[in-house]
Amino acid sequence: MSYPRWLWPALSAPALLWLGLFFCVPFYAVLAVAMGTVDPIFQTPKPTWNPLDWDTSAFSFVFDGLFTSGGPFQTVFLRTIVYVVVALALSLLIAYPVAYFAARRAGRFGTLLLVGLVAPFFISYLMRMLAWINLLQEDGWVNDALLWAHAIDRPVAWLDGRASSVILGLVYGYVPFLILPLYAFLDRIDERVLEAARDLGAGPFQTFRRVTLPLSAPALLAGSVIIALPMFGDYYTPDLLSGSPRTSLIGNEINLYLRGGQQIPVGAALVCVLTMLLLVLIVAYLVAAARAARRLR
Amino acid sequence: MRARLAKLRRRPKLLFLFTVAYLAWSLVPVLLAVRFSFNEGRSRSSAQGWSTRWYWGDPDLSVWHDPDLRSALFQSLRLAGFAIAIAVPLGVALALGITRWRGRVARPANLLALSTLVTPEIVMGSALLLVFVNLLTFMPLGTPAQLVGHVTFSLAFVLLVVRGRLVSIGREYEEAAMDLGASSLRTLRSVLLPLLSPAIVASAIVVFALSMDDFVVSAFLSAGSGTDTVPVRIYSNARGSPTPALNALASLTLFLTLGAVALAFGVWQAVRRRGGERGSAVGELARLEL
Repeated sequence: MSYPRWLWPALSAPALLWLGLFFCVPFYAVLAVAMGTVDPIFQTPKPTWNPLDWDTSAFSFVFDGLFTSGGPFQTVFLRTIVYVVVALALSLLIAYPVAYFAARRAGRFGTLLLVGLVAPFFISYLMRMLAWINLLQEDGWVNDALLWAHAIDRPVAWLDGRASSVILGLVYGYVPFLILPLYAFLDRIDERVLEAARDLGAGPFQTFRRVTLPLSAPALLAGSVIIALPMFGDYYTPDLLSGSPRTSLIGNEINLYLRGGQQIPVGAALVCVLTMLLLVLIVAYLVAAARAARRLR
Repeated sequence: MRARLAKLRRRPKLLFLFTVAYLAWSLVPVLLAVRFSFNEGRSRSSAQGWSTRWYWGDPDLSVWHDPDLRSALFQSLRLAGFAIAIAVPLGVALALGITRWRGRVARPANLLALSTLVTPEIVMGSALLLVFVNLLTFMPLGTPAQLVGHVTFSLAFVLLVVRGRLVSIGREYEEAAMDLGASSLRTLRSVLLPLLSPAIVASAIVVFALSMDDFVVSAFLSAGSGTDTVPVRIYSNARGSPTPALNALASLTLFLTLGAVALAFGVWQAVRRRGGERGSAVGELARLEL
């Protein structure tokens, strides 16, 4: 006696149909709108569903702005990449020591520390940005503290088109999501491997550099991808902490074109280009995840 | 030798201080935002006495009396509740099906489910917006469309949480039930689902948190200020709003989320205890690898 063979496909079917209808079909809709035209009178997009009739003018508009030097999209794409790389590097520098301490050295503070590390997961991202808006106002506590310490002589307009504020926001917003996977990994490292290194004469620092750090490479990669992907699509962090075109990212352009009205196909084409760019990252992540899942089995 | 081991085990001071500094940096701004929500005055950047004016005291501008703020709170809660009701059963069934199914379709199906996890919200949000406006026009923007979005990005998380538990349960309980004459559906209902219940509760917590936190999908699929959620309201008022009522709205959402999570967490821990599991539940939640 065992489960009937039809049971497992039948259980999977509703969710798979859901994903097909609300995840796969929408992707095709983006492509159809990007390759479609705009109604000349109402300015609404007219998607082209048949690939034979596709109109590539939205894509050539995007590629023009992307590949002519100093083009509008090129500046924004490069800026996005720079912001994400800097924010990611800072996040790694913060997350690794914290995750390492929590997983291996926290002792009886472990649970309390974990509550603190998990807490941001349950605090809305937008609320955490709002908290920084409060602090970074001209009469806010950041300026007060810096004035008191004589680091500055007059209040700084932190919320007025500063790259540093946007990057701070990105790091603050996404670093918790990097700490947790790193913690989960470091917590599982086999103690015996580290003891072996010590028995063979490695000091604590050498053990860390030659054993722990190389072992954590896959977790560092996966964690970086996990937070880099949402950073690439972020538009609310720059909107909230800067609100100036000087710090606008790809996400801002997509939001502008897609919801601003007249050139929706351009917005759809930008979504396609961003997706292509991220596909490399996504494939790297999925391969790593599949490998980990196989090891689990 | 013992002295050397003890030295290795000692808590490294620098690392400890760094971690404490991180926690302070991570949590103090939020605590201050909550503090400012209790201000008596209108400032959102300094402490001015204590009152509940911005929660319900002020007859026009408080969360309770400003229709935009109040409807945002209810819209968030409504969406989170519906999202749990749909995403958890769908996701549990998917996890069971996809883990046990040994057919040729199982692998691509798994890949499809996981790919929602790595799709940036802006891509998912714009794709859903375009499909609802241009193709699936029977689905109006507003609550129905937002709900579809929330369920879609929640499914993969439910799948991961439940599957993690499923692979750690051996087949022997189910085999025993079947040997004792239980039908397969009975085994599923009376053996497997109770064994999975800690994971099901955990996945409901996760869906609730994801739904309450979501900004992009809710914003893209909103049908106007009546269907704006709390994060969308924060986004549109944060730079303009002159009063701490917005802080009060955010804080209220925070209290509700933490309360719901603490409650579900208690249930979860009780369920785990009854299942004879030991160790910290917080640790297990942190290790879920979301």
